[in-house]
Amino acid sequence: MKAFISVFPLRGMLMGWLGCALFCGTFMPKLYAQEIPADSLKLIQLNEVIVISAAKQLDHQKQRKPLSTLDEFLESSRSINMVKRGAYAWEPTMNDMASERLAVTIDGMQIFGACTDKMDPITSYVDVSNLSEAQIGSGQQGAVFGNTIGGGINLKLDKSNFKPTGWNGSLESAFESNNTMRVFGGELNYSDEKFYLNTDAIYRKADNYKAGGDEEIPFSQFEKYNFSLNSGYKLAEDKSVSATLIYDEANDVGYPALTMDVSLARAVIGSVSFNQDTLFGNFTNWESKLYYNNIKHVMDDTKRPDVPIHMDMPGWSETAGFYSQANFNKKKNHFFFKLDGFYNKSYAEMTMYPTNGKEPLMFMLTWQDVRTKDVGFYAENHISLEKASVKLSTRLAYHSNTVADDFGLNSLKIFYPEMERTNTRFLKSFSAQFHKMLKDFHLNCGISYGERAPSVSEGYGFYLFNSFDNHDYIGDPNLNTESSADANISVTYKRPTFEVTAAGNYFHVFNYSIGVVDNSLSTMTIGADGVKIYTNLEYAQLFNATLSGRYNISNAFKLTGNISYHRGVDNEGENLPLISPISYRSALDFYKNQFSASLSVDGAGEQTNFNPAYGETKSAAYATLSASFGKRFFINENDLFVKAGIENILDTYYSSYTDWNNIPRMGRNIYLTISYSIN
Amino acid sequence: MKTLKYIFAILILSVSFVSCSDENDENPGEPNPVEGLNKIYEFPSADHSVEIYSEKTTLEVGYNEISIRIKDMSSDKYVTNAEANWMPMMHMETMQHSAPHSTLSNSEESSVYKGYIVFQMAGNSTEYWDVTLNYNLNGQQITETRQVSVTEPADGLKKVQVFMGSDDNRYVLAYVNPKAPQVAINDFQVVLYKMEDMMTFPIVENYKITVDPRMPGMGNHSSPNNVDLTYNAATKMYNGKLSLTMTGYWKVNLKLLNQNGEVLKGEDVTESNPESSLFFELEF
Repeated sequence: MKAFISVFPLRGMLMGWLGCALFCGTFMPKLYAQEIPADSLKLIQLNEVIVISAAKQLDHQKQRKPLSTLDEFLESSRSINMVKRGAYAWEPTMNDMASERLAVTIDGMQIFGACTDKMDPITSYVDVSNLSEAQIGSGQQGAVFGNTIGGGINLKLDKSNFKPTGWNGSLESAFESNNTMRVFGGELNYSDEKFYLNTDAIYRKADNYKAGGDEEIPFSQFEKYNFSLNSGYKLAEDKSVSATLIYDEANDVGYPALTMDVSLARAVIGSVSFNQDTLFGNFTNWESKLYYNNIKHVMDDTKRPDVPIHMDMPGWSETAGFYSQANFNKKKNHFFFKLDGFYNKSYAEMTMYPTNGKEPLMFMLTWQDVRTKDVGFYAENHISLEKASVKLSTRLAYHSNTVADDFGLNSLKIFYPEMERTNTRFLKSFSAQFHKMLKDFHLNCGISYGERAPSVSEGYGFYLFNSFDNHDYIGDPNLNTESSADANISVTYKRPTFEVTAAGNYFHVFNYSIGVVDNSLSTMTIGADGVKIYTNLEYAQLFNATLSGRYNISNAFKLTGNISYHRGVDNEGENLPLISPISYRSALDFYKNQFSASLSVDGAGEQTNFNPAYGETKSAAYATLSASFGKRFFINENDLFVKAGIENILDTYYSSYTDWNNIPRMGRNIYLTISYSIN
Repeated sequence: MKTLKYIFAILILSVSFVSCSDENDENPGEPNPVEGLNKIYEFPSADHSVEIYSEKTTLEVGYNEISIRIKDMSSDKYVTNAEANWMPMMHMETMQHSAPHSTLSNSEESSVYKGYIVFQMAGNSTEYWDVTLNYNLNGQQITETRQVSVTEPADGLKKVQVFMGSDDNRYVLAYVNPKAPQVAINDFQVVLYKMEDMMTFPIVENYKITVDPRMPGMGNHSSPNNVDLTYNAATKMYNGKLSLTMTGYWKVNLKLLNQNGEVLKGEDVTESNPESSLFFELEF
């Protein structure tokens, strides 16, 4: 676990406090916040909160790049790295674990991408315009959001929440030179003590970007728009209902690292909630939500030259779910309970058009209408002790997968003649975290155990081509439940002007599931090197360590830095794929009189621990330099905020370990953001 | 309340009785024994008529399952003691030959004489097939020869192979099942005959045929968990498993091995050799 505090300096303490306050507002009773020094409880509540909301004026000055994509926001987090297959729809990884090992939710809602090739992580279906923050919990600290091994990320929607602000609105626009990205956004909100309505829209369009040295990366364009509506109504002083609707659509998205692009990625996300301050007298902050989302994803290779065979690969993912949660306080015990469940349908097909037009179309189901049912119960108890606190938490879940489509079931039975239509698991998670303050030292440590079910692709994927290692992947419905025992520790030395944190975590993952080559199988994809079957390794080990610090040089200048080390090996000591080399980041921030500036350096060492069996090549060391300048003006009652910056100033040509097939990253990029808000 | 329940129960019962008897009225006789089959020929005679049925709409080159019924006009009933047998014959310009075929049997359905014929070639304007039928009708032995039309399959797919093995014997290998292939592991069934002379086609027992389905349109990839064809004494056919991972055009590459494991026909599929000389074709 990387302690909360270790990451705060980066985004500024103010934002951290804000994030914490928001978070605690959701999960912690007000009483509790008064009783306990806010600081101590937050330390082990969540590992990190990234403030996103572009609407909050306070944040603008601290954000180096407002209106950047959500992916860039997440990338700026200490705990998250983004796997990139192009300029759009990056896939978050945490503790060197990707989607299938993470619980990623939007406002507590389970959403699953509809692409078999992970081209649509669910983070691609929201935009910064409708988010207030990303709540990040490492390891089982993320179990509140769902079954997880690596951690959980919840993207919290931005809502006025009955603040008496009346009407306000804003217009925003941004331009980026490298890929001529144009961003236009606006929002209009009304909020009083009885009712609120938030509306916002954002549109982004980008052309191909250029890597260092002005090398154009073909098929890296994208276009997307996003609308959202949030509304709430107070039924009584202590009761309210609220509803959310998000529509997100991306078209013409290039994936330079893959063999196919995307012509449509569309999500409709909706929810209704009921909130009540108390329940049965003893419970507080009772919140219940019903939600539904529907995702359609269509891959497209018609713009690619020389495809060996033209394919259509549409996918659909539909999820309905609920949760109901409340707090319960008893003296020094602060309980939080959550009951949640979801039902997901994942269906994806593949049609190949033979060159000989007389032959019939080749058709297969790559996801066979797999129905996932999950009902879970999460409970935590936060116990306050003298200058210390303990948090105990558990998640118990019933999880089942059913192959609903007979065509699909028969095709899977080619590989697994004995397989059952339905597979049921009981998933458990336990965690204990301890926090202690000793003068200027903060100690955080914990141990936990968690389990997760295989993802639809891992369990049921049918000839899913992975361009990273150039293999076709077949799922295994009989995969064992993957489980992880992990330990984390962090020590912070904190003084008013500076602080230093050393943190580390270790995951011992049993039944680590990963693709293993089966030489007896023939590849389906033309040009693929082989076929891999998802298989449980006996175990794998992952270790992450970070050292981070903050130094307030003066009231205006602040220096932050961070260096991290990661290692992941399987049971035979072989390197796991997509494990970060040593990476570092440092920034000098200036803020005075509504003027802000920053100079930052990002870099990584040479990737010495890579594994060619997973298609990895050594990524070279690199460092990039970026700068930003911002100024806030007041015009009458209104606010004009201008921010400009330059990324990768030296136009370095580089790619990191997260870059799929080593596609080079963006070269020098100058951006300009203007936001005007009317109060 | 209780009486109401009884009344309900009686009502429901009586309704079901009524509906049962309705069905009986609609279907007074036995289920149709040639349900789902196409009557492709009807050969009328003075006192009886011969009906020929197939799953297909015509007789095609390859394996044909054929059902025959003989209707006695005097009693208006289908004959169940005809003891029918048959002999197909190809009349070519310079010679004639028969075709591998089963005996006719009415063991499944007493009025339906079932069997199969593997036609090796199609008829044309100068060459034709006929089938000679022998059967009893009211104590009379009747022999009847009728010309039939045999065409190449409409889909043009290869479903029968006539070839010379490396042991200098001529063989006939014909595809039987699956009739409707699926994306699944299909039960694969073929028949194998040796051509001893123009008229004699004994079943070949205990050879082995290896199975390697490929998709030439998609990098010539194969599929897993196929099972080679082996002889089944009960069905007198070769049974195996054919796994098809997607719809489309498949070439099922085969290799015929004798009891000593010697290859009589066919080659392994490799990078340089995309197909075996012994194969079937499928589309679905």
